[in-house]
Amino acid sequence: MTSDAQPLKQTSSQRRRATEGPWATAWRKLRRDRAALFAFAVLIAIVLACASAPLYADYVSHTNPFVTNLNGEIEIDGQIRQVLEPSTEGLGLGMTPIGPTWRFGPYALGADNQGRDVAARLLYGGRNSLLIAGVAATLCLVLATFVGVVAGFFGGVVDMVLSRILDVLWAFPIFLLAISLSIVLIAQSIRIGPIEIRSGSLWLPIFIIGIVFVPYVARPIRGQVLTLMQAEFVTAAVGLGATPLRILLRDVLPNVVTRIIVFVPLMLALNMIIESALSFLSIGVQPPDASWGTIIQDGQGLLYSRPLVALAPGIAIVVTVLALNILGDGVRDALDPKSSFRVA
Amino acid sequence: MIAALIARLAQMLLVMFGISVVAFLIFFATPGADPSARIAGRNASQETLQQVRSDFGLDRPLPVQYALMMKRLFISRDLTSFVNRGQQVIPTVMRAIPITLSLVGGAAVLWVLGGLIVGVVAGATRGSAVDRTLMILSLIGISMPVFWLGEVANLLTQSRWHDTWLFSWVPALGYVALTEDPWGWFKALVIPWFTLATLYIGLYGRVLRASLIEMMQEDFVRTARAKGIGERRVLLHHGLRTSLVAFVTMFGLDFGALVGGGALLAEVVFGLQGIGKLTYDALQTLDLPMILANVIYASFFVVMANFVVDVLHVVLDPRLRDAH
Repeated sequence: MTSDAQPLKQTSSQRRRATEGPWATAWRKLRRDRAALFAFAVLIAIVLACASAPLYADYVSHTNPFVTNLNGEIEIDGQIRQVLEPSTEGLGLGMTPIGPTWRFGPYALGADNQGRDVAARLLYGGRNSLLIAGVAATLCLVLATFVGVVAGFFGGVVDMVLSRILDVLWAFPIFLLAISLSIVLIAQSIRIGPIEIRSGSLWLPIFIIGIVFVPYVARPIRGQVLTLMQAEFVTAAVGLGATPLRILLRDVLPNVVTRIIVFVPLMLALNMIIESALSFLSIGVQPPDASWGTIIQDGQGLLYSRPLVALAPGIAIVVTVLALNILGDGVRDALDPKSSFRVA
Repeated sequence: MIAALIARLAQMLLVMFGISVVAFLIFFATPGADPSARIAGRNASQETLQQVRSDFGLDRPLPVQYALMMKRLFISRDLTSFVNRGQQVIPTVMRAIPITLSLVGGAAVLWVLGGLIVGVVAGATRGSAVDRTLMILSLIGISMPVFWLGEVANLLTQSRWHDTWLFSWVPALGYVALTEDPWGWFKALVIPWFTLATLYIGLYGRVLRASLIEMMQEDFVRTARAKGIGERRVLLHHGLRTSLVAFVTMFGLDFGALVGGGALLAEVVFGLQGIGKLTYDALQTLDLPMILANVIYASFFVVMANFVVDVLHVVLDPRLRDAH
């Protein structure tokens, strides 16, 4: 007696899915996920704001946020004030940068200890943070897909060698690896074949972040490819005389693509956090360039007198990463609901 | 089972060897730079450079240099810093280990308890307002950089609210040895513990919730329910128990990674002289022998932690006892 409504409903939805195609299904699910859509809108807004950093510096803050401005003065409510004022706290020694003016103009979020406009630096810093996270994520996903697919597809000795290399990279503590690489690379430029990475270049943190998370992505992809190679449709393709290349392109890669897409927002979130940490440790973005991590470091010395210098970039990171994580959850639920990997 | 354990042991040794080679190559064989200048630190004199070259055998082939380095790291343990002249590297590292263990150990207790509570409560009240609030808080916890959270904690407990009843007990930043003053040790570490644990409470809570929800669909849970067992007992004795295997694995890996340098950011922000802070200070002064020793000791710790997790897995899960 299988007369309840459940099986009937399932067949009807299955029939609809069959005509719709997996991408359309995923898109429909994602469109219904209001949290994910909101997160996506927030991300677009952040990217646009950061992209307009030069406009903000020119037309709103009227300062060059990369040049120290120790003797600058600004007018607030008809009063002329120095950007760096003699400290009133403690022994009255040293200088305290001007606090936030909270208006759409110069020093909206105050100045750092070199008299530079924090709001403008925040936007420029966001540009670098987003850029590094994006390029590093691309680099990481390309490398990891290549390694994972090759290891899983060829198996045997190739798999063993690649897996051991991934093991070594995986066991290497991330920050210590980054410190080791940067202590060698930061002092002088390095040449890898035709590419020259100059010291202080953004490529250095991109390279470090892109490399350290390759095992994190490559391992699940390798596992998935191994499983796929055992699948009946691959056996069938082999039986029909399909070439390895055809199997790779037609049977394996399309199945891996969804998982790679699921990784994109999560990797971006992870990279944002690691980039800020590296820059905070002064082995990421190098001055006078800024990123959200370096601004937090700038603000460390001012933490008790002008906390906003360190707070603002941190809030920017939290909002961006939170939005990426929410979007990531939505994309995963839409594309690959059965997968369960960690967000960090 | 013995064969599986031996295979894993061999794998561990291989990874350790690989790590030591990679670390060695990064420091001694990157093209275009003289390693002796790097080891000797900034503005070293000609004599120091000469001494470094003969000490580390830099005029000899790379494999010999590697062997010499490993001997000085693990057998004779007489590696000395050239930046802080005469400072013995290995004893310094050894002195830093208890500090890192104190920090990570206390945080681990917090995050295991917190993760269990968040995961079980959210899993049991799935779809409710409680569940949604906990999941949003967890997501925020995951999205905060630990060093920034540490600075916010410092701002509140050391400055803004330090004079209120809430945080007047918080001592100045720094470490107090457990053997000297247990209560002082506890007070000095409470804020760092909570800061470090936040990320992991969110992470473990989310993973545990997902795993519990998945488990509650399993056949054995339906059987348990059919037997008339109460929902609470089903959740705790059947669902949670099975979910804990994944929980234990994560814990081993995270604990290892944190002790092996991952706690660096928390140590820097809170001024705790652990392994991570030691490496960070060495980075500021470009003290290469110190960094090399830290990297190798820390990564070996990570590998051994992973090995322990693997062994536990093999012991707990009979399906993994085949030798591959």
